[in-house]
Amino acid sequence: MLNSFWNWFVIIISVASILACWWLLHWTKGVSDRSGDEAGSTGHVWDDNITELNTPLPRWWLHLFNITIVFALVYLAIFPGLGNFGGFLGWTQVGQYEEEVARATTAQEAIFSRFRDMDAAALMADQEARATGGRLFGNNCAMCHGSDGRGAKSFPNLADNDWQWGGSFEQILSTLEYGRQAAMPPLAAVLGEQGVPEVVAYVQQLSGQKADAEMAAAGQARFQMVCMACHGMDGKGNQALGAPNLTDDIWLYSSAPSDIEYGIRNGRNGKMPAFGNTLSEDHRRLLAAYVMGLSN
Amino acid sequence: MTYNDKVVRQFVVMTVIWGIVGMLVGVIIAAQLWLPVLNFDLPWLTYSRLRPLHTNAVIFAFGGSALIGTSFYVVQRTCHVRLFAGGLASFVFWGWQLVILAAAISLPMGWTQGKEYAELEWPIDILITVVWVAYAVVFFGTIIKRRVSHIYVANWFYAAFIITIALLHIVNNLSLPVTMTKSYEVYTGAVDAMVQWWYGHNAVGFFLTAGFLAMMYYFVPKQAEGPVYSYRLSIVHFWALIAIYMWAGPHHLHYTALPDWVQSLGMVFSLILLAPSWGGMINGVMTLSGHWHKLRTDPVLKFMIVALSFYGMSTFEGPMMSIKTVNALSHYTDWTIGHVHSGALGWVAMMTIGSMYSLTPRLMGKKVMYSVKAVDAHFWIATIGIVLYIASMWIAGVMQGLMWRAFNDDGTLTYTFIETIAATKPYYVIRLLGGTLFLAGMFIMAWNTFKTLGAGKAPEFKAAEPAIWGEHA
Repeated sequence: MLNSFWNWFVIIISVASILACWWLLHWTKGVSDRSGDEAGSTGHVWDDNITELNTPLPRWWLHLFNITIVFALVYLAIFPGLGNFGGFLGWTQVGQYEEEVARATTAQEAIFSRFRDMDAAALMADQEARATGGRLFGNNCAMCHGSDGRGAKSFPNLADNDWQWGGSFEQILSTLEYGRQAAMPPLAAVLGEQGVPEVVAYVQQLSGQKADAEMAAAGQARFQMVCMACHGMDGKGNQALGAPNLTDDIWLYSSAPSDIEYGIRNGRNGKMPAFGNTLSEDHRRLLAAYVMGLSN
Repeated sequence: MTYNDKVVRQFVVMTVIWGIVGMLVGVIIAAQLWLPVLNFDLPWLTYSRLRPLHTNAVIFAFGGSALIGTSFYVVQRTCHVRLFAGGLASFVFWGWQLVILAAAISLPMGWTQGKEYAELEWPIDILITVVWVAYAVVFFGTIIKRRVSHIYVANWFYAAFIITIALLHIVNNLSLPVTMTKSYEVYTGAVDAMVQWWYGHNAVGFFLTAGFLAMMYYFVPKQAEGPVYSYRLSIVHFWALIAIYMWAGPHHLHYTALPDWVQSLGMVFSLILLAPSWGGMINGVMTLSGHWHKLRTDPVLKFMIVALSFYGMSTFEGPMMSIKTVNALSHYTDWTIGHVHSGALGWVAMMTIGSMYSLTPRLMGKKVMYSVKAVDAHFWIATIGIVLYIASMWIAGVMQGLMWRAFNDDGTLTYTFIETIAATKPYYVIRLLGGTLFLAGMFIMAWNTFKTLGAGKAPEFKAAEPAIWGEHA
């Protein structure tokens, strides 16, 4: 809300500017009477040959101008514009938004109420639920996980059976509602210049890649002192912490030794945003079922 | 007494060169929208850095050189007096080129205020202010020492352009410097957005409209060799135009955090703006009326009539797009890009090119360019280029707007964002072709300009005799 001074300032200057246009049109009608010869020229000559006629304003153009002025005054009477005066319609953009959302929510109730009593298996089997889930995925998830859900470097593949945070319906729902924050700490200082390449070799060996056996053996000792805290003694990871299984050939950041080394040295911070505020529970359940369906 | 044409010739040459540079960058970023790999993973070749370089180069380097150059020519010819403070005029030329050079370095480096059309950082902003004040001194100094009783209409428009740009530039760029390459705006939130678009839309209104109307008011009657249609109309549309443009900025912020009442005022004043804008178009077109036969032999007039037509079209389109319900469809789509370019290529560039083709031979004491055929070829290539550009962006924009707002019964969006991009791709290719054609025309112009200006030593012109008219003067 504007205070009293600014309220009247806006009202007066707005209306005065519009009326000034109207006055300008009428004032200039008189200009022709003050100057001009028979040919309608003003008699001014610049730069040898630049002259001016004083033709009257085209009538249709005057009408056009007047129509826009009338439109402006009528519009400002109906809609908000003149300071704190909200207009006779009482329209606001927030009101329009809330009205549209309410209408849409009512219209969608019939569609979503059917899904509420269905469990994960039923939702995965239901064609309509899958279709809606797929569209939600395309508009909310595909920008990171890809339109087919196969992910990209640093964005997990959701179409396989490997789960960083768990693949049950409840776990996926939790991931969607609250998001996930994965934190691999930087370990360069802990492992030392000698230790980092050794652990890299061991991690390579764990996943079945070729690695220097001597280095890997040394790395194993370090792994079981440091890395096991999250990835476990056997390197199979821990879904409660979002620590990936290192014994398979599925890589969040790639299997290249340089990428493994980068992760160990500098750490990694994977972030799945929370959708609890942007998507309703109805939406999240369909989405979770759709994501489960991608790997089943 | 003779006229000072040296500075005019310098600006004419740089208009053509900066036109090529700015449009080339435009063609590159148009190509990147089609094939993103064309940034070659180099930070300073990315779209985000080249796009402001393109807009700054075409508006301030190409448009600015044309405006300052023609204003120095026109103000002398219509005041019948030599330019005031010749040394200062030279400073304006070299200072402006320095601003452009600084922009060409700083924008690819990524140094930006992040405000559209006001990206340049604070040291460059200060340089612009100094150059602009010098420009104002030269221009108004010449007006003051004029030897005619009336100030010609073109000079009203140049004057409005110079004063308003100074005001807009200073107010919108008020910021707190942190380092040489970084500053923070003094405004915050919705106020910052409103100041930015008050500036942004008036950059269109005063830099790209008032200044080029000034060019139109001199070069159209000069080239057509006929009187200006209506003195009265020029008074009405001048005052209405400069008064109403000031209000139009909020239409860039429909359906945002800007209060409803500001949005409504922006919309109704944008609609009123239709009539004053068309006043300028009518005065230009009707000045050409009666000389239509000259269009057969004089391609320069063709540039001017097409420019006026596009001016009329885009100043009709603009008010329509400012209506909230239309804006809800058009906002954020390529329709806006099409609209801007129907103004920028159709009106601004065509009027500039036409005026340059009228001015360049006159600077050499001749009637026509080195090759009139090349002027004609340029006209057709440029016109076809504009049509391809605008039509493709209209279609793409309306399509995007419709795809974005399409809903399914379950409330989900019918199209994912990537689908709208995939659907736009063919139109990006057509736009690239249109832009490339327009750029090609500029190369023809460069050749023709250098042939015309290089055909001997430019003569000195004697200033016209003083002129005093009647008691109503």
